[in-house]
Amino acid sequence: MIALATVLAQAGDGASSALPVASNGSGVNSNLLIVIFASAIFYGTPLLLAALGEMLTERSGVLNLGLEGTMLMGAVAGCWASIHGTGPGWLVVIEALLAAMVVGGLTAALHAVLVLTFRVEQIVSGLAITILAGAAGLSSYLANSLELSKGPVPHRLEAIDVGGLSDLPVAGPLLFDHNALTYASWVLVGALWWYLFRSRRGLHLRAVGESPATADAMGISVARTRYAHTIAGGALAGLGGAFYPLAIIPLWSDGITGGRGWIALALVIFGFWRPELILVGAYLFGAFSSLGLTLQARNVEVSAQLLDSLPYLMTIVVLVFVSSGWARRRLGAPAALGTSYEREER
Amino acid sequence: MGLRLERRVDRPRWLTVAVPLASVAVALFVGGVVIALSGNDAVDTYARILERGFTSRGAFTATLTAATPLLFTGLAAAAAFRMGVFNIGGEGQLIVGAIGASGAAIALGDSASGPVLIVAMVVAGAAAGAAWAGIAAVLRAYLGTNEIITTLMLNYLAINLATYLVFGSTSAWRELTGTGLMFPQGKKIPDAARWPGIDFGNFTVGLGFFLGTAIAIGLFVLFRATRYGFSVRVIGDEPRAARYAGMRTRRTILSLLALSGAVAGIGGASDVGGTRYLLDPKALGQAGYGYAGIVVAALARLNPLAVVGVSILMGGLANAGRALQGPDFPAGLVGTLQGLLLVCTLAGELFARYRVRRTAPTPATPGAAA
Repeated sequence: MIALATVLAQAGDGASSALPVASNGSGVNSNLLIVIFASAIFYGTPLLLAALGEMLTERSGVLNLGLEGTMLMGAVAGCWASIHGTGPGWLVVIEALLAAMVVGGLTAALHAVLVLTFRVEQIVSGLAITILAGAAGLSSYLANSLELSKGPVPHRLEAIDVGGLSDLPVAGPLLFDHNALTYASWVLVGALWWYLFRSRRGLHLRAVGESPATADAMGISVARTRYAHTIAGGALAGLGGAFYPLAIIPLWSDGITGGRGWIALALVIFGFWRPELILVGAYLFGAFSSLGLTLQARNVEVSAQLLDSLPYLMTIVVLVFVSSGWARRRLGAPAALGTSYEREER
Repeated sequence: MGLRLERRVDRPRWLTVAVPLASVAVALFVGGVVIALSGNDAVDTYARILERGFTSRGAFTATLTAATPLLFTGLAAAAAFRMGVFNIGGEGQLIVGAIGASGAAIALGDSASGPVLIVAMVVAGAAAGAAWAGIAAVLRAYLGTNEIITTLMLNYLAINLATYLVFGSTSAWRELTGTGLMFPQGKKIPDAARWPGIDFGNFTVGLGFFLGTAIAIGLFVLFRATRYGFSVRVIGDEPRAARYAGMRTRRTILSLLALSGAVAGIGGASDVGGTRYLLDPKALGQAGYGYAGIVVAALARLNPLAVVGVSILMGGLANAGRALQGPDFPAGLVGTLQGLLLVCTLAGELFARYRVRRTAPTPATPGAAA
């Protein structure tokens, strides 16, 4: 954890776009706020992608606790493809993102096979995926066999200045100084909202998650819907995982995602299974993740371990908040979440 | 033509043996493919794991040492999972157990005698682990907060706490003299607080392993032969029936999670007293005892007595992994093999629970999950 923080603090390109050098004099306070918000978006992007993926999976009634392992597999794939990809830099980055999606999807497909075909309990299967693929498992084995930690990741996601808008005061650094994946994640939030609440397929998806028996009677294939959305969710989680080596920490280390997959799981509950609320939650946690670095960069003396603990601590606090009181009824939770569906025999 | 699953009414005895064995065989085969794909000789790798884990000189002693923390975290997971409470926090509970036990030993210092120190370490470790699990237990029992995520977050907080005590502060846990001034490190516990082992000639068994085995027997009896164990099983299998029967669900969740945390915490005490003799946050953070414990519990099918045997097998794997680590035995291979064993065993369960039947050519179940 400490090593991770140091690497982060030293990491050049990726973080520097979000962490401009402290400026002089009077503007410091407003600048600090902008920096905090901008880095909240930067560090929140992988959480957002993974949580959107998990939301999609859970909307079909499948709980995938293998999110952390799936993100790590995506991170390995992205890192590997960035080193071994061919073509100009921008193309290699696209290849890396595609590789991360494919491998993330495959990891989630294993979960889908286990719970849908082999009828393993969803919680147990998800844990098994994270143990198999996690920081001490396959992702570490692959990274070591493929010698990913030999040098820095060559081709990364760089901030794209959209039409020179990044020079705008306030809005520039906040909204127009991000990399392509962050912009894509905003499009994705809108697209998923439309898909869930305005499209026929989205309606079918929600039906499967709420009442698989009814959906089945309507002629919707429960198994096919669940397979498709579990795999799609895994692809997004893989993308979120790849954000770490490609944008945040440009040198591989085992367990590079640092438990963010679990935070993303909590975010889905926090966001009541709705894309737009998940976006808010992801940036909130992005802020907690980056606060330490922002303060350190400004020589504020705070215990590194305390700052490092903030996202985990806040996850518990937030989870307590949303699981108590008025939210107790689990607003938005798919009714059939975590349960298997077997058509009754005649 | 399709395949159809038919639930077995009774489970033939030979299947309960054959299915796990076949699952292990499949896991080893898939693991062999993974090893071969990374350019190494699978058969040779397995032979070396067997040798360094079990058969070579001194290997079994080291295997038992490696198995001890897995025994505790495996029992902790098995106890909680038994009731459908998913305590994923064995990792963190073991770490705070190590903090508590090393703190107790350092506080008592050289003044106390060996047995007093060891008992104090066990009690402090158990109390710390129970308290850590208690946080998640209270949140789950009174506020309905998902214990999977809270216990997991508490793992990260525990390792940060241990790191803070040794690397981020001048606490009692940190060595502040000698080389400790140059390189931050944990303070050694008094020599009298080191846990003894019993020499069996060819191998040595540490006190921690005996303690873990005793706890395993205790848990087995608790679940099999007591009223408490019965209510745990009913709450796990059928929560509504338990409530109608007047069982105290909330209180049972609290006590069982605390018990589970206490067992993992004693594992931390055993790690300090029997292996490292100081609080070593880096090693604890990398070891991943908690997650391996879940594998152990699942492979043992949550049976405390089986946990003892499975922990020895997993300990052998971990021990061999440590001994063999190098270019042709990359880090992560042990975890991969553990994960494959788990995945294949879970999938194999299908064949013990269901009979796979061919259906007639007429598509009786179109698009059914098969």
